[in-house]
Amino acid sequence: MGKTFSKPEALTDAHTHYCPGCTHGIVHRLVAEVIDELGIRKNTVGIAPVGCAVMAYNYFDCDFQEAAHGRAPAMATGIKRVRPDLMAFTYQGDGDLASIGMGEIVHAANRGEKFTTIFINNAIYGMTGGQMAPTTMPGQRATTAPEGRDVEKTGMPIRMCELLSSLATPGYISRQTVLKPKYVNKAKKAIKKAFEYQMENRCYSFVEIVSTCPTNWGMTPLDALKWAEDTLLPYYPLGEFKTPEE
Amino acid sequence: MAKVLMKGNEAIGEAAIRAGCKNYFAYPITPQSEVAEYLAKRMPEVDGVFVQGESEVAVGYMIFGAAGCGERVMTTSSSPGVSLMSEAISYIAGARCPAVFVNIMRGGPGLGGILPSQGDYFQATKGGGHGDYRLLVMAPEGVQEAVEMTMKAFDLAEKYRGPVMILGDGLIGQMMEPVEFPEDFDATPMNNDDWATSGMDTRKTDKRNLVKSLFLDPKALNDHNLLLKAGYDRMRQEEVRYEGYNTDSEYKILIVSYGTMSRVCKTAIDTMKEEGLEIGMVRPQTLFPFPEQAVHDAAAKESCSHVVSIELSMGQMVEDVDRCVKGQRPVTWYGECGGDIPTPEEIIDHIKSLLKN
Repeated sequence: MGKTFSKPEALTDAHTHYCPGCTHGIVHRLVAEVIDELGIRKNTVGIAPVGCAVMAYNYFDCDFQEAAHGRAPAMATGIKRVRPDLMAFTYQGDGDLASIGMGEIVHAANRGEKFTTIFINNAIYGMTGGQMAPTTMPGQRATTAPEGRDVEKTGMPIRMCELLSSLATPGYISRQTVLKPKYVNKAKKAIKKAFEYQMENRCYSFVEIVSTCPTNWGMTPLDALKWAEDTLLPYYPLGEFKTPEE
Repeated sequence: MAKVLMKGNEAIGEAAIRAGCKNYFAYPITPQSEVAEYLAKRMPEVDGVFVQGESEVAVGYMIFGAAGCGERVMTTSSSPGVSLMSEAISYIAGARCPAVFVNIMRGGPGLGGILPSQGDYFQATKGGGHGDYRLLVMAPEGVQEAVEMTMKAFDLAEKYRGPVMILGDGLIGQMMEPVEFPEDFDATPMNNDDWATSGMDTRKTDKRNLVKSLFLDPKALNDHNLLLKAGYDRMRQEEVRYEGYNTDSEYKILIVSYGTMSRVCKTAIDTMKEEGLEIGMVRPQTLFPFPEQAVHDAAAKESCSHVVSIELSMGQMVEDVDRCVKGQRPVTWYGECGGDIPTPEEIIDHIKSLLKN
């Protein structure tokens, strides 16, 4: 019997540093599978964020640049403008993208830059140790919101897909998750679509993945999956928010 | 090629294209917006890239991304904008990418003013961004030199794999002068296959490249910073440029001045020479590396009793001048820091008052 399952070529042999129960590993694999299937590994530049995925280049086996906090979309803009023949993707968390990098992501999307963003939304700052993010849920505890997020003082969580979909520039905007196996294939399809739109030089593409952070949520991996499904998914509904065909 | 009359800002834009830089990202700010306006029209004519970013912060990282691919790239800005870009400059220095930054200085701090200034001397030569890095900084005295330095900047950025800055002031950006573009300039970028994220297929290799500035292991960061330092030390050996003006004479006072301010000093020196009063000047063309030995030796001349640093700031370069003179002569500052430029007459009065005391 032949080999039926193997590591994507676009992943290195390195063990990840991610915590038990973290969904980064699944999403890394999905992106790598898509890169393999499209045969673009040797033509791709990834842009790592600041946050838990800062060392994503240790796991993806393609050219990589490492951004400053929130600036990955500006770097991807620089890359794609001077080398439109390359494929570029940014891989960013919610502190990086929705807080300090809000300006860069909105303007890159609005210019219709031809790159792809994978947005990991786990409603908290991971690498810096569990501080409140713009996506943190009302009442959710964080090290900088010890009594839970007070929306009177901090506003409501920002929904990036809805916000970016409001731009008049054509784009591909989708929210997916990998909380259960049934979601994983859908997430991969969306990621593939996003890369395909870029390959066709069609539009900016953005896939949000609702994710977990058991460590900073103070939960077991299983409890984290359940909490995310019960709490995050109702506020961050899954689906395609925008396609360039519209 | 015949000389053409050009505004400094436009000449800088054209110089970039002549140096093989087809990639320009910028955000508008007075007094250098003409560079962007010029290149918005010119870049499409040469199949180049023009992008107006949403902020100087973003522009800094567009430059970073493009430079990381090994392409020649430039941005221009003015003081408050350069403050915002300084974060990216630190990352670009850390990640060892060649890029050219032009700062057409205006008054500060804060919004300051829009008139010429040299108030960013410290920012350019001592840091600006965080961490252990230096910028190679060139300071033109006029439009022709701005063109030559801008073109040379791309070679130097590649030679040292780091950011290079042209430090001009609002007057150089705004004034028109006849310029001649060098014809035999080699605009071919250096081979960057060993580091740039230009795509493995492009490089025909299986080895991927990483552009990064994170070194969590203290030994690795130490080694990395020592590698940067080796480049800065080499700059000190190979890139120091300055002009001596009337330094063959038995000058009584030595002026150290750069950029627009040094041109006014030249007029003052010529006038005093006609009166029989010899004054010499060292004009640094590179601010980092600073012409340390030249300033030191010029101050040591027996006829020289005093050294004065004349700047459009409250006195920044004077600290470097003092450092180089090493106590051989008194070192003082003279200048303006609000946007006015001292006239030759004012400089002459000041020099004479120094001699009287």
